[in-house]
Amino acid sequence: MSAFLTVDNVSRLFGPNLSTGEKIAAKLGAKVETRSVRAVSDVTLSVHKGETLGLVGESGCGKSTLGRVIAGILPPTSGTVAIDGAPVMENGSKITTRVQTVFQDPFASLDPRMKVGDTVAEGPIAHGLTNKSEAGRYVSKWFERVGLDPVWVDRYPHQFSGGQRQRIAIARALAMQPDVLICDEPVASLDVSIQAQIINLFLELTRDLKLTSVFISHDLSVVQHVSDRVAVMYLGRIVELGPVAQVFGTPAHPYTAALFGSVPKLVLDAEELVYFDTIEGEVPSPLAPPTGCYFHPRCPLSSEICSVTQPLIQPVSDLRAVACHHFKSQLADNVSH
Amino acid sequence: MTDPVLSVENLSTHFFTRAGVVKAVDGVSFDLAKGEIMGLVGESGSGKTVTGFSLLGLVDAPGRIVAGSIKLNGTELTTLSEKALRARRGREISMIFQDPIATLNPMLTIGQQMRLAIDAHERLSARAAEARAADLLTQVGIPSASARLRAYPHEFSGGMRQRVAIAIALLHHPAVIVADEPTTALDVSIQAQILFQMRDLARETGTALIWISHDLAVVSSLASKLAVMYAGRIVEQGPTAKLLRDPRHPYTAGLIGSLPATAKPGVPLTQIPGTTPSLLSLPRGCPFAPRCDRSTKRCGTDPEMTLQDGRGWRCFHPVGQDTEVPA
Amino acid sequence: MSAESTPLRRFWAEYRENKIAVVALVVVVALILLALFASVVSPQNPYDLANLSLMDSRRPPGFVGSGGYTHILGTDPQGRDLLSAIFYGLRISIQIGLAAGLVSLTIGTALGITAAYVGGRIEALIMRLVDLQLSFPAILLALVIVALLGQGKTQLIGALVAAQYAYFARTAYGAAKAERGKDYIEAALATPLSGRLVVLRHLLPNCTPPLIVVATVQIANSISLEATLSFLGLGLPVTEPSLGMLIANGFPYMMSGRYWISVYPGVALIILIVAINIVGDQVRDQFNPRLRK
Repeated sequence: MSAFLTVDNVSRLFGPNLSTGEKIAAKLGAKVETRSVRAVSDVTLSVHKGETLGLVGESGCGKSTLGRVIAGILPPTSGTVAIDGAPVMENGSKITTRVQTVFQDPFASLDPRMKVGDTVAEGPIAHGLTNKSEAGRYVSKWFERVGLDPVWVDRYPHQFSGGQRQRIAIARALAMQPDVLICDEPVASLDVSIQAQIINLFLELTRDLKLTSVFISHDLSVVQHVSDRVAVMYLGRIVELGPVAQVFGTPAHPYTAALFGSVPKLVLDAEELVYFDTIEGEVPSPLAPPTGCYFHPRCPLSSEICSVTQPLIQPVSDLRAVACHHFKSQLADNVSH
Repeated sequence: MTDPVLSVENLSTHFFTRAGVVKAVDGVSFDLAKGEIMGLVGESGSGKTVTGFSLLGLVDAPGRIVAGSIKLNGTELTTLSEKALRARRGREISMIFQDPIATLNPMLTIGQQMRLAIDAHERLSARAAEARAADLLTQVGIPSASARLRAYPHEFSGGMRQRVAIAIALLHHPAVIVADEPTTALDVSIQAQILFQMRDLARETGTALIWISHDLAVVSSLASKLAVMYAGRIVEQGPTAKLLRDPRHPYTAGLIGSLPATAKPGVPLTQIPGTTPSLLSLPRGCPFAPRCDRSTKRCGTDPEMTLQDGRGWRCFHPVGQDTEVPA
Repeated sequence: MSAESTPLRRFWAEYRENKIAVVALVVVVALILLALFASVVSPQNPYDLANLSLMDSRRPPGFVGSGGYTHILGTDPQGRDLLSAIFYGLRISIQIGLAAGLVSLTIGTALGITAAYVGGRIEALIMRLVDLQLSFPAILLALVIVALLGQGKTQLIGALVAAQYAYFARTAYGAAKAERGKDYIEAALATPLSGRLVVLRHLLPNCTPPLIVVATVQIANSISLEATLSFLGLGLPVTEPSLGMLIANGFPYMMSGRYWISVYPGVALIILIVAINIVGDQVRDQFNPRLRK
């Protein structure tokens, strides 16, 4: 399978946020402390056509930023994103409609002053997928596809529930007939039973429409359920990548192992109902990441090399890759559990 | 069982709004023993948060407790004056809120806030108050406690702030702590730390804990018994493991089935059709009936709580029991 | 899910609950109507110099003049029926207040939204200018401009606009900046949609609530500012007296017992401004709790 969506050495910096005074001082030659945040560092990924790649990590790991870069919302500071060879952005602007996004907050991602039907129709009309006279039928079709009654196209967002709003957001994204769908925490703000509905909808649509998607979530069980492969991020870098079952079952990176271990999991058919463990310490500030491997201060396997050299991502097998000096020990540890 | 430290019977809290009466909590009953951890589980609109607020007497207009009794250490709370309630709030029963940023005053140092919390119920010298505050901060796992007393909330991370909130809740060794989704806003790994902490603290101090959450896994890691709420009432309650492995109420079963963790990857999850009913216009009879695939005509009457072997459920057609089930 | 209810209908349902605000709105509408139909309602046309007789000047309320009708509120030093003069004066005050308010709204909003959307140097330039402007008291600025441009309706409106556009610019800037960061704007841009489309169809409509509030307050301000300028003799020519001018005319007579010449126009002015402010307050309060979400 060849790569359909390619992310090539993408980095994204934020800042430095200099005030006007500091800018003038810098021009005059004074040394001004630059505060940049490397939200995403040297990320290379590829997603195959029809595949769902899960992107996991805690807050501040850069997964949302990476998602926005892939979606063409934020230009990368360096590196490129391409769909089927064609670049997504040029000169800081998005030049394709082949990738669309579903955002996290269904309350905030719909214009409160626009009828939902108009919101869904806006993009397709602007890009010639439909015209003003056909728009009504076009939107109704997509409403039905996502499980909404077409009668509701003239309503305003506040008249819908959270789950319904998220369906509208999905309809809006799909109405642009994209090849790639970026879902940024699409079920995080929803109730559990509604989450199930939206997850099922997602699985159904990606299968029927043969969509390639990137599913960003902090909820590991959701990612495990919907993804084919998963990438784990920590402080802007990918630490591990591979098929879901393998990465979750036998993690190659100590952070992955610790992360998965620290989430309370309901295991109904085991002796112990819920299992979890803790990771020491807290995620460091992205303004001042540790030297060498970012995870080394919290890592049970860290050694001297870890504090000096940043591990590069290297293949573990045909399908898996990991960025760790001691991944072999980690894999061995897994077996002994 | 010795006398429960908290005994709630038929609690009802209604909101009298412009649009009508919202029966946020409608006939909730449960007991809590000393040192026991109970999970109050439900989705949004289930009434779990309002229940928590009712216990502390923090329900604001247009809502108020309209019926029922809340007995804390034998004292009836619903008939107390605001002044008497305030004397107990923080001392015998306290609350931890979801958002640590909102709980702490950004203009005061941690030490000052803890001092205020102490002063509300006790007369202590400055030195004694500081010592108690530092002691509690250490107990909740904050290093260099005495120094940290002089720090401001913004100098702490989210997880640390929540620990401070927990410390404040524990200042007067209350009999009961009500925790409203305390780890929802925190990172996964921090959540794990807080969970461990709470479990140990409850055990050490003998404080009973009501953990309100929508996350079954989180709650189940701590609580020895669960109460599942739907549309303002408890639809099922019982020991955690039994309830999760062998649920009786169809809603509980549906909720467990909706969790990706309990399903096979890629397979559609069990979906509870429809949405939670509007509390302004609840259907007659069992509120879950419209969404339930086991409902019959009998469900047009409101089911009472069936009690059996320390478990309870409000259903005429419970799962796993030999009752009439529609084909 | 609620059945009907456009944002406007919801707004009005809530507005109706504040009885005082409803009364104020009725008063404003009544005054506007009076002003619009001043020529019909007034017993006398105060601009028609042929009508006036100096014999009728400074007469107390109830005086029957040479025209044959009762001057309900008395007459002014030129012999004008005060009631008619007040109606015509209201017309001028409202005209100028509305014109100045609307022009300021347009210019200020355009500048504010541009600054917020474009960012960078243009943002800095525009907002520094606005800050500079805001640090001058409005009345001072208006005085200077009138002194430079001379007297007349257009010049007056120009002076008021120059003194007030900055409030709109700042409000529009704040609102636009807040909305700019929201998901629905990002979603629209991500389609991708052109910046112009996003600003006009999404950003602008969502910035209107605070702008409406500012507009009501600023219209009242324009009216009082114009009255002040007229009072100081820098407003409109004497032949078209606005309320401020009428008050000024009566000032010398306050101490000698002929109070009505200043007081009645003053009362009319106060009622107009207070009513507009009450409506503005209610509108502001209504937009607030929703913004909190």
